[in-house]
Amino acid sequence: MKRSTLRNAAVLSAASATLLTAAACGSGFEEPGAAPASQAPASAGPADLQILIGSSGEAETGAVNAAASAWATKTGDKATVTPAQDLGQQLGQAFAGDSPPDVFYVDASRFADYASVGALEPYGDKISNPTDFYQSLRDTFTYDGKYYCAPKDFSTLALVINSDLWAKGGLTDADVPTTWEQLTAVSEKLKAKDITALALGDTRDRVGAFMVGAGGWIVSADGKTATADSPENLTALSYVQGLMKDKYAQTPKQLDAGWAGEAFGKGKAAMTVEGNWIKGAMTNDFPDVKYTVHEMPAGPKGKGTLSFTNCWGISAKSKFKEQAVSFVEAMTTVEQQMAFAQAFGVMPSRQSAKDAYTAAFPDDAPFVNGADYAHGPVNAPKMDSVLADFDTGIQQLASIDPKTLLARVQKNTTAALGN
Amino acid sequence: MAVAASRRGISSRARENLAGWLFVAPVVVILSVFMLLPILMALWVSMTDWNGQGSPFKASVPFVGAENYTRLFTEDGLTRQDFMTSLRNNVYYVIIVVPCQTLLALGLAMIVNNRLLRGKSFFRAAFFFPSVTSSVAISVVFLFVFANSGAVNSLLSVFGIDGPQWFSDSRGTLHLLLSGLGLVDVDAPPAALLATGPFGLSWWDWLSGPSVAMTTIIMLVVWTTSGTFMLMFLAALQDIPVTLEEAAKLDGAGNRGVFRYVTLPMLKPTLFLVLTLGLISTWQVFDQIYVMSQGNPAKTTLTPAFLSYQTAFRSFEYGSGTAISFVLFAIIVVLTLIQRWVMRDRKV
Repeated sequence: MKRSTLRNAAVLSAASATLLTAAACGSGFEEPGAAPASQAPASAGPADLQILIGSSGEAETGAVNAAASAWATKTGDKATVTPAQDLGQQLGQAFAGDSPPDVFYVDASRFADYASVGALEPYGDKISNPTDFYQSLRDTFTYDGKYYCAPKDFSTLALVINSDLWAKGGLTDADVPTTWEQLTAVSEKLKAKDITALALGDTRDRVGAFMVGAGGWIVSADGKTATADSPENLTALSYVQGLMKDKYAQTPKQLDAGWAGEAFGKGKAAMTVEGNWIKGAMTNDFPDVKYTVHEMPAGPKGKGTLSFTNCWGISAKSKFKEQAVSFVEAMTTVEQQMAFAQAFGVMPSRQSAKDAYTAAFPDDAPFVNGADYAHGPVNAPKMDSVLADFDTGIQQLASIDPKTLLARVQKNTTAALGN
Repeated sequence: MAVAASRRGISSRARENLAGWLFVAPVVVILSVFMLLPILMALWVSMTDWNGQGSPFKASVPFVGAENYTRLFTEDGLTRQDFMTSLRNNVYYVIIVVPCQTLLALGLAMIVNNRLLRGKSFFRAAFFFPSVTSSVAISVVFLFVFANSGAVNSLLSVFGIDGPQWFSDSRGTLHLLLSGLGLVDVDAPPAALLATGPFGLSWWDWLSGPSVAMTTIIMLVVWTTSGTFMLMFLAALQDIPVTLEEAAKLDGAGNRGVFRYVTLPMLKPTLFLVLTLGLISTWQVFDQIYVMSQGNPAKTTLTPAFLSYQTAFRSFEYGSGTAISFVLFAIIVVLTLIQRWVMRDRKV
């Protein structure tokens, strides 16, 4: 008797536990979402803007809050800034629940996913002087020929050199590599002195800079065709593979670090390829390390780097689109962008702010100059899993054939873009 | 009696039924609103190409039938490859975790149940402690313990062993074992295994075993769950009449004999419960993956539950994501039924 009761209990709990999971997996369509937008009718009167940001820290949250309340005071509208815990997930839920925030950060790598499903309002050209934004950033936020949203700020990759290790390797300022050949040459010299030359993150977000330098990219300029298996990409990957095989380049993991900047700061490598966020890390964690920043060494097709950026997305379902555009306008003025730059070290996305920025941060010139030849992330929808798979391949780059890897990426990209 | 009942227009049996339904009505309502309905909605989503914009029940949402399911099994592409990789990872995970946690729990219960043990309540609390701690907190602790320069590797280095980089090591342990035995070379796997394999994954990939990174999660889960199951075994052990054991001993059974022929058969219902719960929870592993590895390194800790979440909420392919969760549901139900059949009472 007891036996069968227990068994029934087991089967019942089995069933209910599974059902619960299934239900949990399906959640998100009837939920109000993590950042419920105000559902006030679209009538006259002051707007109540909900702004969801993916903040890098308190400095950013504070700066955006201050800017938002300044805008609110000036216009008589209300603006509520909410820093997200997990921006992607919160936005996904809010869209599914039909109650997205009015204004929110859109990461460049996710932009196409949002734009392709019609979640974004294409307001880009309503912002004054729209061509003032760097062209590469405008391209990043263009989908299907429409320029959707104004870039908030941007970062690029550059070559960072540890001054002490550089001198220890017997190298001078004249030796700073400007081409791939020179990069290999100085690496050889450093290796001879038992110094790891380059700490290189093993993701597409670092290795991709070499692909741009070789003149290749994963997708075509219009984001409609896969170009992963091009000979240019093969050149780039073979070059990086060569650096890895000769132990010139080491991944952060091999150097027992969480990311390349940490390995660099700990003095485990003489060079690294990182973005301007490395400044903050160096100041906070490794204030004693002296370093210089240089533009990326040029590949066969010239200099190449990657840009990382967010834009001020406006929801296509917002009830206060006009006010939202006015808010973004206020956030992207040269003065405001400089204020953000001072507060949390990002680079202004307007070209007219370039001079002011380089005057204030002269050491950052290599990062800003990168904007001229930078490539944004892949801006085609449904590419997330394909690119994650590419990263998996790059992690094994030392042991697999680049050609096989690129063929795999090509196949997956073609399938993803075909949808 | 029957006459009296029919005169009132309703039989006493029907009245009992009605009363019964009234009593269970709150639960029925709650279950259908919060479980059955969402499940049916999810089932609908799994047959559409809903992109997460607005309601999935609008006419504009494209209906694709079973396509989300067939893509998981028959179409050669990234979706199938990821799904099969996640299945492989989870199969190894289940095969190792379920027996380990059951044996460990049974062992702990036997120890705590031992009449000669002093400080019983201390040990009971100590063994149970990991089970009542939040899985997220414990996962974070394990992240520190297994860090490259963490406690485990420091301990190993005392014995002169150079510990692996636990969370970034994607090598399969079965591969490592085979190459350790000199049977295969990890860098140049046998072509016969590489060339073909079911569901788009080569035999070599299927036979990888759990990756080094996965073994840390396996250790974590075995450790945290064995406490709960220990409690179940303990309750069952204390339910076994002492007279039975004494009678067996009088009949000349040794300790081992008593365990094999008296204790174990008496524990069978609990064993079934523990195995079933273990099987279900291991197929649903999510928190630990989410906190510790997010499927990395090289997708070797990807599990169907996490893949489902990732596909739906990161790639906005809600149809595919829910389809994965329904396949997972089917797998669990089928395995539980098989287990039930294996452990059925056989009439001798």
